[in-house]
Amino acid sequence: MVMKITLGGVSKPHSSKNMKTGDWGTEYPVVDEEKCTACKACEYLCPDACIVVVEKDDKKVAVPDYEYCKGCGVCFSVCPADAIRMELKEIYKLEVC
Amino acid sequence: MRKVVRGFYSIAYSVKLCRPNVIAAYPITPQTEIVENLASMYANGELGECEYVTAESEFGAASILVGASAAGARTFTATCSQGLILMSEVLINAAGMRLPIVLVNTNRALSAPLSIWNDHQDSMILRDAGLMQIHVESNQEAHDMVPVAFKVAENHKVMLPFMINMDGYKLTHAYEPIDLLDQETIDEFLPSYDPPVYMTTKNPLTFGSYAPPQYYAEFRVVMQNAMDRARKELENAYKEWAEITGRDWGGHVVAENVEDAELVAIAMGSLTGMVRDVVSELRTQGKKVGLLKIRTLRPFPIEEVRKALKNAEKILVFERAVSFGHEGPVGMEVKSACFGLTPEFYSFAVGLGGRDIPREEIVKIIGNVYEGKVEQGFHFGTVKPFEEVIV
Repeated sequence: MVMKITLGGVSKPHSSKNMKTGDWGTEYPVVDEEKCTACKACEYLCPDACIVVVEKDDKKVAVPDYEYCKGCGVCFSVCPADAIRMELKEIYKLEVC
Repeated sequence: MRKVVRGFYSIAYSVKLCRPNVIAAYPITPQTEIVENLASMYANGELGECEYVTAESEFGAASILVGASAAGARTFTATCSQGLILMSEVLINAAGMRLPIVLVNTNRALSAPLSIWNDHQDSMILRDAGLMQIHVESNQEAHDMVPVAFKVAENHKVMLPFMINMDGYKLTHAYEPIDLLDQETIDEFLPSYDPPVYMTTKNPLTFGSYAPPQYYAEFRVVMQNAMDRARKELENAYKEWAEITGRDWGGHVVAENVEDAELVAIAMGSLTGMVRDVVSELRTQGKKVGLLKIRTLRPFPIEEVRKALKNAEKILVFERAVSFGHEGPVGMEVKSACFGLTPEFYSFAVGLGGRDIPREEIVKIIGNVYEGKVEQGFHFGTVKPFEEVIV
């Protein structure tokens, strides 16, 4: 199929969902579900709406969306319960001699 | 209707006749009176279906126009110098979003040191931005080029912002008898804007959305193609303008006495008149000199420039800007058009920061180059003796 180049890079609403930005970051957030108090500080402050508090096994916990998370670390910084840590992605782990 | 008006008014009146929908502006010398005139017209109810927005900065003014243009409005602003540079982030986006914003840049030097006076350093910084750019020699030409700018910018084959460069003070503040156009002429020449795509509150769109590496390059290819098409469309608009008004400003370039010229002097903007005058005088003395006035800078009229210079033994460019670490920008453009030809090349940066350019200086530079008294390459015009000191 021939690529369609729209005038001015114009696109319709919701098409940005197709652009998975989850591979941009170097680190990704990991939530410790035991420590998470579901306070939503991360949900409110995530600049890309990539972490939301959901019901999970009868408990409310924050769940990151790795398809879009760019690894900025805001959730990690603001978590009052110290329940979020940032981990280096596998592809960036190097053994340095 | 001929009237003696200042450069500001010649632009403002022409903008009014083009029936703009949104004007957003922030004042900066020597542009301010263009938008002051438009603000008065707006306050007096003379601008029809138009919103005039006083922005908090040039960045704001350009951003307002991006939104307005994306909503299908015909848009105008004017700025210069630091204001243009502050707008640049937005204008480069507008070019990529293919929004036909028209602006007048009243060429002024860049800081530092602070200068409010005329040269071309401001617009040259935006040479690669994706804006069409022309330089005008007189206030009548400035007046006439506003409808041309809207027509070509809004042409569906083009869809790019258009910047008219007019020399600050030298044109803006000058009184000149101007044949102010009438509404019927402009309405005949310039149809209302028919946006190929526009957003509304019920039909929201993203302009200039994210393009990852697998898509980005093609968007830049289509911009380059649009600029290539703009060459023809702009030339057609120049011709149509000449037919309708009887005022023929020429095409992308105006070449005078170049066929047998040993030396061709090149100028843009208001300086052209004086260079033409000197060249004419030297002709009467039997000296084989010619003049090339460059009107369109982007898209660059490479074929027209090459054709005009093909017989020249010496090329002399009067620069109004410097690319620090290299030479004058117009000389670079001209040399790229002359690739494979082997004329001697000279360029002189004159009138930086509004330094007066006396006629004698032009006479001296052309004379010295003609008689082989200066080395090839880039030079500054008359500079006073100085020593560099710390405070």
